[in-house]
Amino acid sequence: MKKIHYREWGIESPRYWGLLVVLAAIAGIGGLAALYMEHNGHWVTGMNNQIVWGIPHVFAIFLIVAASGALNIAAFGSVFGKKIHKSLGRLSAVLAMALLVGGLLVLVLDLGQPTRLIVAMTTYNFKSIFAWNIYLYAGFLAIVAVYLFTMMERKANKYYPAMGVFAFVWRLILTTGTGSIFGFIVARQGYDAAIMAPMFIIMSFAYGMAFYLLVLMFTFKQDGRPLGTKLLMRLKNLLGIFTAAVFYFVVVYHLTNLYGTENHEYDAFILRDGGIYTSLFWIGWVLLGLLVPMGIVFHPALGKTHGGIIAASLLVLLGGLAAMYVIVIGGQAFPMAIFPDKVIIASGFYDDVNGQPLYYSPSVPEFLLGIGGIAVALAATFVGVRMLKLLPVSLDDEVVDPYHQKS
Amino acid sequence: MSNKVDQNRREFVSVATKTAAATVVAPGVLLHAMAQANLRSEPVTDKVRYGLLIDTTKCADGCSDCVTGCEKENGLDMLVEPEGASAEDWDRQRPRWIRTVKVKDRLTGQLSTLPLMCQHCENPPCADVCPTGASFRRADGIAMVDRHICIGCRYCMMACPYKARSFIHEEVERKPTIAPRGKGCVESCNLCVQRRDNGESTTACQDACKHGAIVFGDLNDPGSEISKALREQNTRQLRADLKLNTGVRYRGI
Repeated sequence: MKKIHYREWGIESPRYWGLLVVLAAIAGIGGLAALYMEHNGHWVTGMNNQIVWGIPHVFAIFLIVAASGALNIAAFGSVFGKKIHKSLGRLSAVLAMALLVGGLLVLVLDLGQPTRLIVAMTTYNFKSIFAWNIYLYAGFLAIVAVYLFTMMERKANKYYPAMGVFAFVWRLILTTGTGSIFGFIVARQGYDAAIMAPMFIIMSFAYGMAFYLLVLMFTFKQDGRPLGTKLLMRLKNLLGIFTAAVFYFVVVYHLTNLYGTENHEYDAFILRDGGIYTSLFWIGWVLLGLLVPMGIVFHPALGKTHGGIIAASLLVLLGGLAAMYVIVIGGQAFPMAIFPDKVIIASGFYDDVNGQPLYYSPSVPEFLLGIGGIAVALAATFVGVRMLKLLPVSLDDEVVDPYHQKS
Repeated sequence: MSNKVDQNRREFVSVATKTAAATVVAPGVLLHAMAQANLRSEPVTDKVRYGLLIDTTKCADGCSDCVTGCEKENGLDMLVEPEGASAEDWDRQRPRWIRTVKVKDRLTGQLSTLPLMCQHCENPPCADVCPTGASFRRADGIAMVDRHICIGCRYCMMACPYKARSFIHEEVERKPTIAPRGKGCVESCNLCVQRRDNGESTTACQDACKHGAIVFGDLNDPGSEISKALREQNTRQLRADLKLNTGVRYRGI
């Protein structure tokens, strides 16, 4: 394997600044949307006292999950000693941090009292998985930053393998924490399942890889750097395998539900009668988000084209948003079993009268805030690759070691 | 002459009355103030555990007096619809601490009407999940929110099995001193905690219920009305499967 050289992103200034201006504008609009919601209060959103977490949470959790997954590419290099992945580690670390920051921004800006963030940082209830997550997220940023340093600074190189393992283990715990936000909720039928945590981990593998592939292909193409087929095929195959694994978890989750009578109604809701949630599950999550990308990635011709890989990655990400919508909103919209043996036929507080799902109609500012979070993540990544030596000069086939398995 | 006498007599009577009144009332006021000072300066103990017994067989269909009473006591009726909000959306966003629910048994078709509020669990999921500890349970069994450290994340609302909590979706202009509230915090029934701290013995919903369907009291005191009723009657917790040991019990469902 040839020595890998890294260089800052060298696209011409107008293109670079143009890109940043566009992203900053999208992020700015997201910021204004947050200000508007914060200033007026949440009545300007579609959220209410029945559906308390809305679109901002869909985006925030999606980005946080993807963030931990984006670090996997680096981890494969150091934890599993895959040399082919080592050259990809720097971008992986920066993308992971950027996605996490984007997600956290969205989450924080949707708080009822965002100015009390300092309270959340100083007053803890350690029984709360949210409180653990504050540590897990802050720790992730710090650990990945050090991990990146050990990759980039020759003198710190000796700590690189150890930091890699540490960062990888930390990211697994982090996603377990994110999944457990739902897994620990005993009150709602759709949550309260231990499978939530591992399912979120495998989702993170898929979404992180999809984000990574898109950013890698974009930055290399813009800069005219060679990106060899060998590496791309390996990454897209991983994307396919991760997507298949998500599919497996979705199947197991619902099969388990279908077995236990107490969960029949929830599964009937998601799989058959849930309207928008059913459509998003089957069309958004399963078909477009899992089956079609798998079909593209493993298709003998399509899977080898850049267009095919880009399409598959984009679909995995869109499917991921649909999945989050089904989990976050669908899980809340499904009637709560306050009276398991009775039907509510009238209520003074919009309970699920006659088993009707609870109502939520997302508002535009919520979407703008969520999209703003993605723009922040991308902008931070592009600034990173511009300022730091993150991208290999070439990832051509001859640069990437063809005999890495023997080494 | 007679006028002058009358004047004197009138003044005498007036002063005497005032003195008598002051002599009689002042110690009472003083004692009351002392009693309150005591209640407020002493920490809440777990010697008492407050709770409610709802007798759904007495609860009348179509009646919502408990809701009205609660909203008046805790200033929920002071909230106004934000300008520009749609009436229907606002109704979904407006806070409720107590609501009436009518349920039908899936098998027998038996109908029941009942008020539903925070169940004041012994192990409240809302307090478990709260990142800052703003959601907490007082030693006397009241589950409530410390609005100084609530960050408005709504995780407690996700975790509550009774959908008993409300988020304040708008700027609040008028609020009672006993129930301060602000935009972006979560709140719910606190068993009229201000009355506990003033040494009163009822809740607003209980006072408002003319059917006698709501009994408030100390579950730890075997002699209290609620404890006696609970001993004699067959009652149940909502979502007993969660083993939360709720402080609110229901009869007749």
